[in-house]
Amino acid sequence: MAKVHVTTTVNGEPAEFLCEPNDTMLDALRGPLGLTGSKEGCASGDCGACSITLDGRLVCSCLMLAAEAEGHEIGTIEGMARGDQLHPLQQKFLEMAALQCGICTSGMLVASDALLKRNSQPSEEEVRFWLAGNLCRCTGYDKIVRAVLETAADMRQQATLEIRQ
Amino acid sequence: MTELRYLSPGTLDEAIAAFAAAGSAARILAGGTDLLVQMRSGAVKPGLIVDIKKIAEMTSIEETADGGFRVGAAVSGMVLAEHGRFGKVWPGVLEGVNLIGSKQVQGRASAGGNLCNGSPAGDSVPAMIAAGAIVTVQGPNGRRQMKVEDVPAGPGRTNLKPGEILVSFTLPPRPPGASDAYLRMIPRTEMDIAVVGCGVNLTMKDGVCTAARVGLGAVAPTVLLVEAAAKALIGSRLEEAALDEAAAACRAACRPIDDKRGTIVYRTKIAGVLLKRTAAIAAKRAGGN
Repeated sequence: MAKVHVTTTVNGEPAEFLCEPNDTMLDALRGPLGLTGSKEGCASGDCGACSITLDGRLVCSCLMLAAEAEGHEIGTIEGMARGDQLHPLQQKFLEMAALQCGICTSGMLVASDALLKRNSQPSEEEVRFWLAGNLCRCTGYDKIVRAVLETAADMRQQATLEIRQ
Repeated sequence: MTELRYLSPGTLDEAIAAFAAAGSAARILAGGTDLLVQMRSGAVKPGLIVDIKKIAEMTSIEETADGGFRVGAAVSGMVLAEHGRFGKVWPGVLEGVNLIGSKQVQGRASAGGNLCNGSPAGDSVPAMIAAGAIVTVQGPNGRRQMKVEDVPAGPGRTNLKPGEILVSFTLPPRPPGASDAYLRMIPRTEMDIAVVGCGVNLTMKDGVCTAARVGLGAVAPTVLLVEAAAKALIGSRLEEAALDEAAAACRAACRPIDDKRGTIVYRTKIAGVLLKRTAAIAAKRAGGN
């Protein structure tokens, strides 16, 4: 099979890789790109463990061909923290024990981040509907939903303080 | 193993030439939320994938000069939701499109794919039928237009000819007092496939229904246009008798299957229930109550 050469942007940095035409974006991330934070759960778009953003929109990387990344911007869990400084969602997930085994966590974080970028003040219902495509077999979701709501409240407060300064 | 090729042409002519030349081995890739699952399970083994998302006409939303909309077949549900006006003019169509899968799936899945996948339970299809949407298809022999309800041929099959690609949906201009709604019945609250889906599009004038279209999904081998239900609503004030008659027409149109999601009896009953609920929402939006 002829390999496909793909030039793209991953977490703001230019990236290129070779892939098979039927490789998924998740294959490319975890293989040639060496970004193993995105997990494979179901490989059929049901569980959300492989969630990434494509041009800022939340997608399952298992439902996208790697070749489709050409010319687009990919965002992964590896792009969330700033060096050693965790993203507020990551910090809150730790503080509130919003994870147990961790397989769903990167997908939960990427999906929650995509929500808060669109809606800084989601209701509990909005959080639950937004995260309906992210399955967790450990937490029962409640801690995750509460962590997202608390992060949103913290980030709104932080934004208010920054405006006042 | 069959050699798989991936193409992402920039023009429709190139896409059609490659798609038609490869015959039944070729698959169109829009959002890929069905195709990649089918490839992964081995249900389809394409020799050629034609990614249509580099073709501007397939990925754009335009308001037409007469006040209608043209929506490219590969526009994702999320992009449609982000559009400033579409959801205000066609809230029911947007509801249908935005019930397809999770937010992740909506980031990719398109109304064009939902229609061409040929599922009797596709959520956007009843709403598109109710809207009176016309699709543009293009193939080796040129362009033609079809009514949305004429596209599905049966589960997993369409009436598109070999080499033809669905290009866009055209939604007609809206008269004052018109709106639409889509409801589906699922036993969960999210992430499921419709047991019954119902799209209703109404025009109300001084409390009287002057135009109506009803689309019904998951109750027959294809999504249905239920003209008898629309006829029962037109000329009425959506009073109980008219709604009962329209609900009966929906039940009469049902030719469902028994499966794990619902029995024939259940689906048939729910078709009538959903007609009433959906019509009430559409009428409220149209300002007719």
